[in-house]
Amino acid sequence: MNPSIVALPVAIPLFAAALTLVAGRRPRAQLWISVFALTLVLAVATVLLIQVEEHGTIAFSVGGWPPPIGIELVADRLSVLMVIVSAAVTLAVLVYSQGQGISDANEETPLSIYHPTYLVLVAGVANAFLAGDLFNLFVGFEILLGASYVLITLGGTRSRIRAGTTYVVVGVISSTLFLIAIALIYAATGTVNMAQLSIRLADVAVPVALGLQAMLLVAFAVKAAIFPLSAWLPDSYPTAPAPITAVFAGLLTKVGVYAILRTQTLLFPEGRLDALLMWAGLLTMIVGILGAVAQSDIKRMLSFTLVSHIGFIVFGIGLATTDAVSAAMFYVVHHIIVQTTLFLIAGLIERTAGTTSIPRLGGLARLAPFLAAIFLVSAFNLSGIPPLSGFLGKLGLMEAAVDKGGWLSYVLVAGGIVTTLLTLFAIGKVWNGAFWQAPPDRLLRSFGVNEDGVTVDEERSSKTIIPMGMLIPTTALVVLALALTVFAGPIFDYTQRASQELIQRTPYIEAVFNKEVPR
Amino acid sequence: MSPNLTLIITMGVLFAAGVYLILERSLTRILVGILLMSNATAILFILISGPNRGVPIIGMSPEDQMSDPLPQAMFLTAIVIGLGLTGFVLALAHRTWQLNRNDEVQDDIEDRRIIRLAQRDKESSTYEPDEGPDDSHEASDEVSDTDSRQAAEAEEIYLQLHGRRINDPKDPDEEVDSE
Repeated sequence: MNPSIVALPVAIPLFAAALTLVAGRRPRAQLWISVFALTLVLAVATVLLIQVEEHGTIAFSVGGWPPPIGIELVADRLSVLMVIVSAAVTLAVLVYSQGQGISDANEETPLSIYHPTYLVLVAGVANAFLAGDLFNLFVGFEILLGASYVLITLGGTRSRIRAGTTYVVVGVISSTLFLIAIALIYAATGTVNMAQLSIRLADVAVPVALGLQAMLLVAFAVKAAIFPLSAWLPDSYPTAPAPITAVFAGLLTKVGVYAILRTQTLLFPEGRLDALLMWAGLLTMIVGILGAVAQSDIKRMLSFTLVSHIGFIVFGIGLATTDAVSAAMFYVVHHIIVQTTLFLIAGLIERTAGTTSIPRLGGLARLAPFLAAIFLVSAFNLSGIPPLSGFLGKLGLMEAAVDKGGWLSYVLVAGGIVTTLLTLFAIGKVWNGAFWQAPPDRLLRSFGVNEDGVTVDEERSSKTIIPMGMLIPTTALVVLALALTVFAGPIFDYTQRASQELIQRTPYIEAVFNKEVPR
Repeated sequence: MSPNLTLIITMGVLFAAGVYLILERSLTRILVGILLMSNATAILFILISGPNRGVPIIGMSPEDQMSDPLPQAMFLTAIVIGLGLTGFVLALAHRTWQLNRNDEVQDDIEDRRIIRLAQRDKESSTYEPDEGPDDSHEASDEVSDTDSRQAAEAEEIYLQLHGRRINDPKDPDEEVDSE
């Protein structure tokens, strides 16, 4: 098979973005172009997955320049897994946002720029996952960040501008830091190609290599929202429209996590900063979840659980054994899907009940039973109730930690358990306040029912029905998260192979250089 | 090869000035800070590309006397990205000015909530039930102007989080109908 297929997950959305820009005045056409493009990306990602499983890592030199000079796109098991999950999630969120846009009479989404920006975001995410050199990774980050700046300030309302300002400034500074790190790495090694770097960095003096590693880690940790660099996230995410928050929460932080995983395993296999990563993971888990417990708004609570559960993944990367990295990968997939779903459900709650503030909600289990059911399943999945995938991921991580041994591992296992219980507590608070209890009068009136649950006002009642365009993608993601549990065996086998590949490093390097590795 | 000391000092000064400006409150100053830092990074790229030699274009100078073209290519890309971002931040600053008549970066919601809670604490600790409402009114006057202004803003922003409902708090049903 032609290796140029690796470029398609980046090229298709970019091309489609141009088309949707041309079709700016025809929302229907824009919608069909976007849905078609994202479906195509999903199909291409599936083909890539099969190819990588059969023939191993695929590398493609864009523009025909041979490595290490040219721009390299590399698809190994980890990249392909991330691309396929991100394609599925972005497709679901696109359909959801369209369902919301049409029924809200387009107030929330100025459609003419929404589709192109969203597609550029998807292209940027795919580019970051497939990038084979550090500079292309930087470009991927900039593409997705640039698009996210536009999306987070969509509509330019006061609160979005306020939240967007912090987000943009933090993003720009972390990018500058990344760029400085790239310059210094080039100065030390004379290359930015990751495969070549993995060989040359071994010859760099230890203090210099340590400094480079630390700089890259800080730049990525800001993007992945790892404590103490996570303060920007819970402030900026909840103000954006629900589908945008959902896709940011699911994907953008994971791109940072992916970058950490890639550079830690490929470029710095000595693991000099593993203990630091484990401490960061522990603090991220604990501080994040304590923030979540203190919140009285569902969206903000979810932003804090997002930060907190990034800690689990960092924990896995810090352990750096094959089992741990494999479990971390499984956890990334689980977390992308579950966190996106929960934000979409928060959007549904906002739509039916008019708010996500817990004190103003109540009795939703009776008023909107289906909504309550999907919230409960996803929330249990997040906190890790057996046998759901959240439990399996956490179990895998903790087993790997115990296998590795050492007091720090046990501290992290304890921290993980505490975090899990506190997640359950935070979710219990939401469930208690928003779904149980007697519904407040204003909710009863807006649902058009009396206290016994009998519909008295047909017109109002019909207004609270969730449009199918929003309900179907949300339910599809809930089902996908449940499928992760059912197919956990094969998926764990896959992540195990992916993780072995990462730790060995040779499959990646040989694929890039076609077995003739230069010094 | 020994790097150019003047360039290194210039880079250091630019970085220092850039960081200083980014710590300011006004978005325009932050933008200038970002620009300075990005220029400092450009100088860093010039520094790492090694000794200053011929133009790296085939035919303009012999191949063994060319400068390293790769850092130049990389930084050209970064400059283009920086241009786009500068435009965006300028638009943000303009929009902030349109909305608030200033371009100050505001505290985040959590900070404001804490300020508001602290303010309530202040009020309740000076509140003495025996002495009638006049005294408690005085007590709340003690709270500085900035505090109460910030708290009011916080209230407003917090409500805005939940949509347009702030406009008509008296009739909660109106809020849902306007959806």
